[in-house]
Amino acid sequence: MRSNQLARAVVSTACIGLLSPVVEAGPPEIEAIQQEIAAMKQDYARRIQALERRLAQAEREARDARQEAQRANKEVDRMATAPAGTPTESANAFNPAVDLVLNGRYRAFSRPASENGIPGFSLGDESFKGDAGLSLDESEFGIAANIDDLFYGQFTASFASDAGEDSVSVEEAFIQTTALPAGLGLTIGRFFSGIGYLNGFHSHADDFADRPLPYRAMLGNGYNDDGVELRWLAPTDLYLELGADLFAGDHYPAGGRGHDGLGSWTLFSHIGGDWDESNSWKAGLSYLQAQARDRASGDPDAPDLFSGETRLWIADAVWKWAPNGNPYRHNLRLQGEYFHQDQDGDYRFGDGAPLAYRGHQNGWYLQGAYQFVPRWRLGLRVAGLHADDPGAAFAGTDLDPLGRDPRHYSVMLDWSHSEFSRLRLQYNRDDSRPHSDDQFLIQYIFALGAHGAHAF
Amino acid sequence: MNRSLFSLLAGLALLFSLPARADLRVFACEPEWGALAQVLGGDAVQVFTATTALQDPHHIQARPSLIARMRRADLLVCTGAELEIGWLPLLLRKAHNGRIQPGRPGHFLAANQVRLRERPARLDRAEGDIHPEGNPHIQTDPRNISRVAEALAARMAEIDPADAAGFARRLKAFQTDWQAAIARWEKRARPLRGVAVVVHHRQWPYLLAWLGMRQVGELEPKPGLPPTAGHLAALKARLAVQPARLIIHAAYMDPQPARWLSRHAGIPEVTLPFTVGGTPAAKDLYGLFDDTIARLLGALK
Repeated sequence: MRSNQLARAVVSTACIGLLSPVVEAGPPEIEAIQQEIAAMKQDYARRIQALERRLAQAEREARDARQEAQRANKEVDRMATAPAGTPTESANAFNPAVDLVLNGRYRAFSRPASENGIPGFSLGDESFKGDAGLSLDESEFGIAANIDDLFYGQFTASFASDAGEDSVSVEEAFIQTTALPAGLGLTIGRFFSGIGYLNGFHSHADDFADRPLPYRAMLGNGYNDDGVELRWLAPTDLYLELGADLFAGDHYPAGGRGHDGLGSWTLFSHIGGDWDESNSWKAGLSYLQAQARDRASGDPDAPDLFSGETRLWIADAVWKWAPNGNPYRHNLRLQGEYFHQDQDGDYRFGDGAPLAYRGHQNGWYLQGAYQFVPRWRLGLRVAGLHADDPGAAFAGTDLDPLGRDPRHYSVMLDWSHSEFSRLRLQYNRDDSRPHSDDQFLIQYIFALGAHGAHAF
Repeated sequence: MNRSLFSLLAGLALLFSLPARADLRVFACEPEWGALAQVLGGDAVQVFTATTALQDPHHIQARPSLIARMRRADLLVCTGAELEIGWLPLLLRKAHNGRIQPGRPGHFLAANQVRLRERPARLDRAEGDIHPEGNPHIQTDPRNISRVAEALAARMAEIDPADAAGFARRLKAFQTDWQAAIARWEKRARPLRGVAVVVHHRQWPYLLAWLGMRQVGELEPKPGLPPTAGHLAALKARLAVQPARLIIHAAYMDPQPARWLSRHAGIPEVTLPFTVGGTPAAKDLYGLFDDTIARLLGALK
């Protein structure tokens, strides 16, 4: 072992001796090199130390940044779900909901416009078939809002054009309680009576461009009047509503504000519910008793005057189908109503003496509207009427049924781009009068503003 | 005769005296709020949910059955922000129930408890069916559910102080479980971060923001208007340049447009429950988010 080391030393000394020409420079230069190497070593050590310090610093900073980011994320989470100030309940804050329904139509008839009555019935103002050609229909302007925490108010004016004359009428102007106890609700003002099914709807919500025969013949398209209505909703899972109206008796089928301005009253009840998730229904029974004093019919050429009492019973039913309760794509609405009316009083024609009239009339319609693809609906309707023959004294008057029962058939197709716009094409075959009348109607209905929902 | 008349009257009296039960009656407009009210209320509440997950909450008919149920409700829990504008105001007017009218404690709107996204800068029907207060579909972010739960429990206690302790206890238990669930969901949904999606209707901003996903297109040309062939074709062309990885739509919607685009653009489509009951797995609020994330992840694979 030791001899081995010695041998190595000898060999290496010899080698240095052999290489001496290279390192001939001698010991002072080696020292310089050694010093240089030492200096480099120190330099690197310093640099490495500096790098290590910087690395540690960077790591600290990264950790701080991570913590900061986490804190920020939590804050963002909190902010993301925090309510923004105090949101308002409605966009227009205290302003009432304003809506305008623009409505117009084109009509074409195969029979002259003068053949427009319904034989056997003394019609109200709006029940005639109207002018041929283009016309502005009832355009409605409505304002509605909660008045305070107890009352709701609504006003609807209707603008119509008839034979080139513009007219404005107040269709509805009422207040309604929202917070009476025990399921009671009181309405005061002018409003559509709760009788029947279709009566409470504005005509723009109908499935057809015109009202079915019994509404035209017996209610002047729809009965509204000035009065008071009380409704009670039963506290049951089955929908059961009872209601009663007391009206001034100023509008068809009443007239002349009989009984000191309490000329008509009604009673009505509706029940309804869901058959299953896709099917729901509603049915009702109503009674209207209306006093008339010199009620002028709407016949522009020869209005008759009726004084007496009208008693009207209505049974109504509606069935709606919407797959899974989703009416947006497909839906079907089937509805039908039956009217039975007794009239007791006198009719006066022109300057003639009053003629006693006592008779009964009835009417019915059945209709369906089916939305077969989104936006498009197809509708079918049949309607019929019957009026007692009041005898030879009434021959040639509006009340002469001409020995026939009127019938009316309709087909309708409508297209709605959105829930606010609708275009409708309708064909009627009107067999009310001795000559069948083929009628074509094109109707548009557009709603602007805060258009409210339609009832079931 | 007299006896049968008597029993009829007695029956009627019984029928109308039934509402004397002490339970808080809750009328929930949408299934998520019905589920939440049930979780917070336990056996102290009776919850009626007006709509199902297969119904479009924008378009509900004001059916007689809903009016009848609202008549006896003590507390109405709805989304608000005009989601139910097409039917709720009418129901409220027909139900003759003062306790749940706007401004009363019984009138609770979930959207008022959270921050709404997409508040439109321009209010115009030409923009489609937009909601002036912002996007009302808040229930797709579980952090919103947590906030609504806080406010709803307080409201329930206000209306029914006798059960206040129970509401507070259930709220505390729910919040603990829910926060843990949110952490779990966020961890699982990490691969969804940055994923670009096409939506059928603009009803997912809360979910997308929560999970860090991006919306790059809509099947509806304008909110609320049904997809048209022209719009879908244009969307497909745009997706060739700006690709998306998923098409998502709610369970209640017509799946046809999403399927068409999926076939033609080669992007998977996925049906999401949207609310409780929308899919078989979304049985409750937890299931809603479990299944939503599972379906998103599954479709990405």
